[in-house]
Amino acid sequence: MKKTWIAYPYVVWMILFIVVPLMLIVFYGAAKTTPEGIEFSLEHFQRFFEPLYIMVLIRSLYLALISTIVCLLLGYPVSMILASREYRDKRILIFLMVIPMWMNFLLRTYAWLTLLEKNGIINTFISFLGLPKMDLLYNQWAVVLGMVYNFLPFMVLPIYSVLIKIDRSVIEAAEDLGANSGTVFRKIIFPLSLPGVVSGITMVFMPAVTTFVISRLLGGGQFLLIGNLIEELFLKSGEWGFGSALSIIMMILILFSMAIMSKYEKENEGGGLL
Amino acid sequence: MMRHIKRFYIGIIFFFLYAPILILMIFSFNNSRYMSRWDGFSLKWYADLFSDRDILSALYYTVLIAILSTIIATVIGLVAAVGIHDMNKLGKGIVINISYLPVLNPDIVTGISLMMLFVLMNMEPGFLTLLLAHITFNIPYVIFSILPKLKQMNKHLYEAALDLGATPFYAFRKIILPEIMPGVVTGMILAFTLSIDDFVISYFTTGAGVSNLSIIIYSMARVGIKPTINALSTLLFVSVLLLLLIVNKRTTNNTGKENVL
Repeated sequence: MKKTWIAYPYVVWMILFIVVPLMLIVFYGAAKTTPEGIEFSLEHFQRFFEPLYIMVLIRSLYLALISTIVCLLLGYPVSMILASREYRDKRILIFLMVIPMWMNFLLRTYAWLTLLEKNGIINTFISFLGLPKMDLLYNQWAVVLGMVYNFLPFMVLPIYSVLIKIDRSVIEAAEDLGANSGTVFRKIIFPLSLPGVVSGITMVFMPAVTTFVISRLLGGGQFLLIGNLIEELFLKSGEWGFGSALSIIMMILILFSMAIMSKYEKENEGGGLL
Repeated sequence: MMRHIKRFYIGIIFFFLYAPILILMIFSFNNSRYMSRWDGFSLKWYADLFSDRDILSALYYTVLIAILSTIIATVIGLVAAVGIHDMNKLGKGIVINISYLPVLNPDIVTGISLMMLFVLMNMEPGFLTLLLAHITFNIPYVIFSILPKLKQMNKHLYEAALDLGATPFYAFRKIILPEIMPGVVTGMILAFTLSIDDFVISYFTTGAGVSNLSIIIYSMARVGIKPTINALSTLLFVSVLLLLLIVNKRTTNNTGKENVL
């Protein structure tokens, strides 16, 4: 006996709150109001290609990319050390890695605001050393720092969960055959950990590209990322059309890279921790 | 030697992760409002916190929205998952893929799309819109926690129960529900934590007078440093830590039991 019908209330909900809102974005992004009414137009998308807005997109991608690379460089060794046999009780270390992820993300960003500001701890320390105070806040490095701080655990955990599953005997076999530790890493450990690296990159890059909180709090008003632009268009200037067009561009960008990543992951049979 | 370098490196990373939070917590007990100097121990920021009406109301709404949206999303999601499981391949594919959209889409896109919907439906932004938004982004997580459990289930058990004269509802309660309960609980926990922690979607879908903690923190932090936020962080950090310790302990106990069996 089929019970399909009991899913219908949800299907209605889904159409109303998922499908219709997305169609609204598409509608507003690809329409313009003229005296005769509403007609199809790509003018909002054309506007995006003005140098000012292209720069915003490039800046968002650039900062997200740098943050992802820094997370990978800092996080990969952490995953390796945590996965190594040296620590008997690694559960506590993993636990320590997870806690910050559960802490409210705005508070984590706020914490850096208090550290970096003109009269913050770091500047107090600098002037204690007799050096002039520095402008640490409201520049792109503060934004990158905020991203790395917030998203580092998202890089460490997927890589860790792949690394601990690597069969020790494969590594031992390579060593028996005369490979040194560098070769073992290059030829065995790193290739086998790639699925974890891919999901780590996805989990860092995606939120970094779309954030508007980190750039607003640590980058100040002038540090406009694509997220800030969308926020302003919807909440301040009320330009739904252009805002929708930007959202569509961002959505396509994200869904497209997700599709590539997940295809890669499936082929390699990877598994994220979450 | 290598060993020491490794320990040192891990130490640095944990210092990087925890130092900002710890400094925030220490300075919540500072008598001065500036974080540049220590002016003696004081609990005045905590007193401020508990007399700040905005923060208290935000706390109330955060918890209320989280509880309500979790319960409603779990009920809708549970029923939906059972129905989706029985759908034919095409219908299942369509519904599942559409349900994935809010999971994969950037929060900001989900936020503005719901905001547009509410505005066009002439709904006053506030409690109801916030609740609807939270239910909407919670349901998919509930469905995707339950569907794998339904897949693992032996479908003949349910049919057998019906053959033996059980009503569909009785068979659902006695056969299906106990089997998929772990998935339901996972979905509920996910929904609750996502709702408690959400900022972006709430920011776009709420209105004047109704804020959650994230929104309050954001609007306060935009203006500048306020030691009350430090006090709030300390309390939140301690409660998250306690909660995680309890959950961790429980799961360890459970796996311990399994090992004995």
